[in-house]
Amino acid sequence: MSRPRRRIQRMIDFVRLPREVTVCLCIISLCDLICFSWDETHFGKMGSYYINRTFFFDVHPPLGKMLIGLAGYMTGYDGTYPFLKPGDKYEHHNYWGMRGFCASLGSCLPPFAYLTVLELSQSLTAALITAAVLAFDTGCITISQYILLDPILMFFIMGAVLSMVKFNRQRYRPFSAPWWFWLVLTGVNLSGALGVKFVGLFVILLVGLNTARDLWSLLGDLHLSLMDFGKHLLSRVFGLILLPLFLYVTIFAVHFVVLNKSGPGDGFFSSAFQSRLIGNNLHNASMPEYLAYGSVITVKNLRIAGGYLHSHWHLYPEGVGAKQQQVTAYLHKDYNNMWLVHRPNDSDEPDLVRHGDIIRLEHKETTRNLHSHLHEAPLTKKHFQVTGYGINGTGDPNDLWQVEVCGGQKGNLVKVLRSKVRFLHRATGCVLYSSGKTLPKWGWEQVEVTCSPYLKETPNSQWNIEDHINTKLPNISLSVLKPHFLEILLESHIVMIRGNSGLKPKDNEMNSKPWHWPINYQGLRFSGVNETEYRVYLLGNPVIWWLNLVSLGLYVVMVAAASLHCRVLLEGGGLLLLGWLLHYVPFYTMGRILYYHHYFPAMLFSSMLTGKVINLHPKMNFEIGCSLFSSSVYICFSLCLSKPCSFYMFHPLSYGMRGPLAHDPDSTMAGLKWMDSWEF
Amino acid sequence: MLTTGHTGAMLTSIKLPIVIRAEINLVLVVVTALGLLSRLYGINFPKAVVFDEVYYGQFVSLYTKQVFFIDESGPPLGHMILAFGAYLGGFDGNFIWNRIGAEYSSNVPVWSLRLIPALAGSLCVPLCYLLVVELGYSHLTALGAALLFLMENSLIVQSRFMLLESVLIFFLLLAVVSYLRFHNAQSDSPVRLAWLVLTGVTCACAVGVKYMGLFTYFLLLGLAAVHTWQLIGDRALSNSVVLMQVVSRFLALVVLPLLLYLGFFYVHLTLLYRSGPHDQMMSSAFQASLEGGLARITQGQPLEVAYGSQVTLRSVSSKPMPCWLHSHKANYPIRYENGRGSSHQQQVTCYPFKDVNNWWIIKDPGRQDLVVSSPPRPVRHGDVVQLLHGMTSRLLNTHDVAAPMSPHAQEVSGYIDFNVSMPAQNLWKVDIANREAEQEVWKTILSEVRLIHINTSAVLKLSGSSLPEWGYRQLEVVGDKIYKGYQPSGVWNVEEHRYGTSQEQRERELELHSPTHIDINRNLTFIAKFLELQWKMLTVKHEDSEHKYSSSPLEWITMNTNIAYWLHPASNAQIHLIGNFVTWTLANLALAVYVLLFLSYLLRRRRKIEDIPEATWCQLLQAGVVCAGGWAVNYLPFFMMEKTLFLYHYLPALTFQILLIPVVLEHLHTHMLRCASLRRALHGVVLAGLSSVYLSFRTFSPLTYGQPELSAEQLASLRWRDSWDILFRRR
Repeated sequence: MSRPRRRIQRMIDFVRLPREVTVCLCIISLCDLICFSWDETHFGKMGSYYINRTFFFDVHPPLGKMLIGLAGYMTGYDGTYPFLKPGDKYEHHNYWGMRGFCASLGSCLPPFAYLTVLELSQSLTAALITAAVLAFDTGCITISQYILLDPILMFFIMGAVLSMVKFNRQRYRPFSAPWWFWLVLTGVNLSGALGVKFVGLFVILLVGLNTARDLWSLLGDLHLSLMDFGKHLLSRVFGLILLPLFLYVTIFAVHFVVLNKSGPGDGFFSSAFQSRLIGNNLHNASMPEYLAYGSVITVKNLRIAGGYLHSHWHLYPEGVGAKQQQVTAYLHKDYNNMWLVHRPNDSDEPDLVRHGDIIRLEHKETTRNLHSHLHEAPLTKKHFQVTGYGINGTGDPNDLWQVEVCGGQKGNLVKVLRSKVRFLHRATGCVLYSSGKTLPKWGWEQVEVTCSPYLKETPNSQWNIEDHINTKLPNISLSVLKPHFLEILLESHIVMIRGNSGLKPKDNEMNSKPWHWPINYQGLRFSGVNETEYRVYLLGNPVIWWLNLVSLGLYVVMVAAASLHCRVLLEGGGLLLLGWLLHYVPFYTMGRILYYHHYFPAMLFSSMLTGKVINLHPKMNFEIGCSLFSSSVYICFSLCLSKPCSFYMFHPLSYGMRGPLAHDPDSTMAGLKWMDSWEF
Repeated sequence: MLTTGHTGAMLTSIKLPIVIRAEINLVLVVVTALGLLSRLYGINFPKAVVFDEVYYGQFVSLYTKQVFFIDESGPPLGHMILAFGAYLGGFDGNFIWNRIGAEYSSNVPVWSLRLIPALAGSLCVPLCYLLVVELGYSHLTALGAALLFLMENSLIVQSRFMLLESVLIFFLLLAVVSYLRFHNAQSDSPVRLAWLVLTGVTCACAVGVKYMGLFTYFLLLGLAAVHTWQLIGDRALSNSVVLMQVVSRFLALVVLPLLLYLGFFYVHLTLLYRSGPHDQMMSSAFQASLEGGLARITQGQPLEVAYGSQVTLRSVSSKPMPCWLHSHKANYPIRYENGRGSSHQQQVTCYPFKDVNNWWIIKDPGRQDLVVSSPPRPVRHGDVVQLLHGMTSRLLNTHDVAAPMSPHAQEVSGYIDFNVSMPAQNLWKVDIANREAEQEVWKTILSEVRLIHINTSAVLKLSGSSLPEWGYRQLEVVGDKIYKGYQPSGVWNVEEHRYGTSQEQRERELELHSPTHIDINRNLTFIAKFLELQWKMLTVKHEDSEHKYSSSPLEWITMNTNIAYWLHPASNAQIHLIGNFVTWTLANLALAVYVLLFLSYLLRRRRKIEDIPEATWCQLLQAGVVCAGGWAVNYLPFFMMEKTLFLYHYLPALTFQILLIPVVLEHLHTHMLRCASLRRALHGVVLAGLSSVYLSFRTFSPLTYGQPELSAEQLASLRWRDSWDILFRRR
């Protein structure tokens, strides 16, 4: 195509573009507006926490919830709605701001996809097909209607891809204002995506690979001096690494500044972390500085998110070691975390405990002693069981533990909060250990505590004394503990990653497998099971999803065929295919529990690819023969038509339905249950 | 050899005299001899179980007794190879493998058990030599590689016992060498093809020994794909030649290994035909194909389930344990601990042991008789039946009452009419999950059946939780209303089966107690058995157990960890898996240097600055793919694994990493150091390096060979790192 013609073409595109976008937007917002009717509890609750400034713990980074909270705050939501269980009515609470925010971000997706494909393929048809695919997908609509993180995440992912593509188009005008604008915008979107969920890492990888390829071709351009190349490199380092990093850290800084009150998430964090939170008992705490006999203490495991040494009246069930009282690690603050420090011989002279001393720990509520013996532990079979034994402090020699300060010598005092302590069992020589494994239902899903015969120094076997109450000793203010910002940042990340990998599928639960997703094997029930309830079911429009699947395969075939002759098709489509792969394949290696909605970012990429492939299709065939061409155009049009049709058929899934289930002929969904695995 | 021709035609075609010219690379012979010496020297010491021999030993014993077992740690070829050693030594399999350090009894042929791994380990030394030569480096460099490999304590330790790593490394190296031979060979001679076939065979063997072999196999496949792609792009070749090449490579590198892998399983399943300790994990059909065990019971059962049949129903799911549908004379408690109520009807459970209460009778709802008519009327897919418990004559029933442990599902009971307007709902539709035809007959063992309740369309299902005290801790069975797809817990198969003949309850009870008979023979196809076994091996999860010597991959690079393999029961003599510290450090250094070199060349070439000729660059690249790539593919995946890991998992990666040392040195020598004095300095450094490798090897050899015994002070001086766990015996 000659230069002037291209310019004209581009002008035409620009004239058409806004009109098309408005069309898309209209469709989408219309869809979104009809259907405000259902609520989603989880992230709404976290929005409330931000408004109330109470600290909580979640496995995702905070940006998404912060934005939800902000949207709620701006629209007058006061953060008092309890968000107890799905299906509760909002009543007088002002929730539409939060929903509207998510929905408006969700409705940006089709226009973004439109623009991206337009940039990549320079073809209006392809772009329109893509926009239609996303606009008519029931899954995308369902997921962006409610207070969820996914619409926000997808907004940032698409934003990053769009600005990256725009940035690529500025290749011939480096360091111009638009060049910088799109570069910085890419960086901002990347930090946004990562700030909402860790899935954002995949889009960062995509942009990173694209940038690497870009730089590689710049390096090969011998007209460019090394100085110029250095400028290119540095500007990208700034725009795509330093800026997003800075913004990401800022998000966390805001998170920590806003949430300064003690809340439900305290126990997940270390003692030092908790001392920052207003209302926490460690905030401006003062307590006796050295551990003494006769004190009441709580003992926290040093593994990050380790939990407090805990016991309660319940016994170990039959068949799990000796049938004595359970001892566990518990992440929340509770009266049952309190232990009394005694000498072995019951005389409680107010003396300080020293490294190497033999002590007895008595559980304050149940008056049982911390005890271990040669029975195997409930989950970690090679360790010994730890129980509560005896009554009113009388027990047996198996209740004796030797206190050791890690790195200490005989006679050292045990500093509250700061000393790392091990408890060695006298009789068996094992060390008190928290395995981090969750006990089954009989143990109230608390964390297992064992006595490990392997004396390796790991945080699992190290503990610190957190609360320390002793009326006979003077209290000393412990303000030295305040941790550094970077320490908080690191700790919260480790806790998040731990939490994420701790989300293991339960035994009886049906786990969604990654191979289910592209074939639309099974959806996700948002609310309602029975006929009388109001049901919303997250399921992609099967026509669209299967079309996506076909075009993925088609694209691969076309690339394979073309790479034997020429290398035309790879441009653009390769990027989208890579995006799809990066957002989909890693899930196969994940051990955590997976859900259907994890596929949606990948689905965005495959939808864009569909637009490109369908558009390529007639072009390819044109060279082969006119008859084929016309037939393929026919196919193309029928596909385009089938989208709104199928959307109309499946729309009750996202906008909610009542009445009989799909196997009943009276149902609105009668005859549409094409796969047995769909549950509507 | 051939001195006289047989026919005139032959005589004319043979040129006399016939000469065989043999070139013997004496260096290769010497390194092989050294390898054999270092690996085979005194391998029957200690005459006690060393470390993982305790694990492999039990399978060797089972192999010699031809008893079926499942080992989820790897495919069967490894066990077969070890068992072959046992066969050569005439081992009868009678030894109890329960404790590391236990003395071998006199019937255990220690020497021949350890011989094959040791041989494989020794042959790796010449293979290293050949590999470096094939990569295009000088014989001196290759000698260096062989020597470094020779003096690697960890590899020596691992080869000298009945363990599989040395066999794996042998196959990996052989696969790489033969592929490079194939690639480097010029002509289209049959010899070249033979190398290609050998590559495929050794790849299959490597994967057959341990799944870990897959990593190197994929690396080679990738390399072959790139080479083939270049071949396709070569315009000088005719299409038919290209096609031939592509097809032959595909056959040799993909199809052949696949067939061989199947072959290993075929041999495995043919050899192990007796039932054994792991039977319970397999399906009834699989068990029935083994001699003894279930086969003895089910042999000669009627195939088709008919109205009046007496059956036991086994859950297809073996989670949490294999069990049979069961009922007994005890009712659900009126109220559970949490205050919920029950129907107080007879309990129906799943019971993991054979019991007379596991018998059920298939009853036609329309008729009263409980005997099989003649001719028998078979039950087909879609038929509605009632299930009558043999000993108590209660009908299997479910209703809209919450199940005891899983309140979202329905309770399943043996129906008792308490006259409380709770009608019997005891009709079940037979839904054969693996049917081939719509009218399929319910077959013993083979059919997997869902029982769908007529009134509520709930599916009879094993919930996975167990009942408390009142249910004798048996497993809970529920009616699941939201059952969908194929869940093994909702599928049952008939295991024991006979045609009922007695109408009277007392006679029937007697009949239920008597063993089954009648004769029919049936067998599973090999493919079905293979698929089941492979699936079980991949999915059976043993609880990840913490081990005293387990380590994380990060600790391996710096050798921050060791494993104590054996300790003399009375003295300080001990064997440890500790590598040669100098070699490990050099290998890490070489890798770092290689990466630096590679990156700098790559970037400078992009700017059209050619420091080295194209051929050298290709050579360096290929060495990098094989050595650094081999290291990476054999090491990095461990970061994603959740199983218990040990230092010995690093050894294949280490092997490839060691080969990088001489490669990098030669490159530095020929291309980086232009000045003669610098070269001389490098020679000095190499010599010093080799001698320190030797010294370190000597220093640690008492821990490698287990003799001579060291004093406590000497042992303490060997503890080069605080994290090493060296054992001291207190005197």
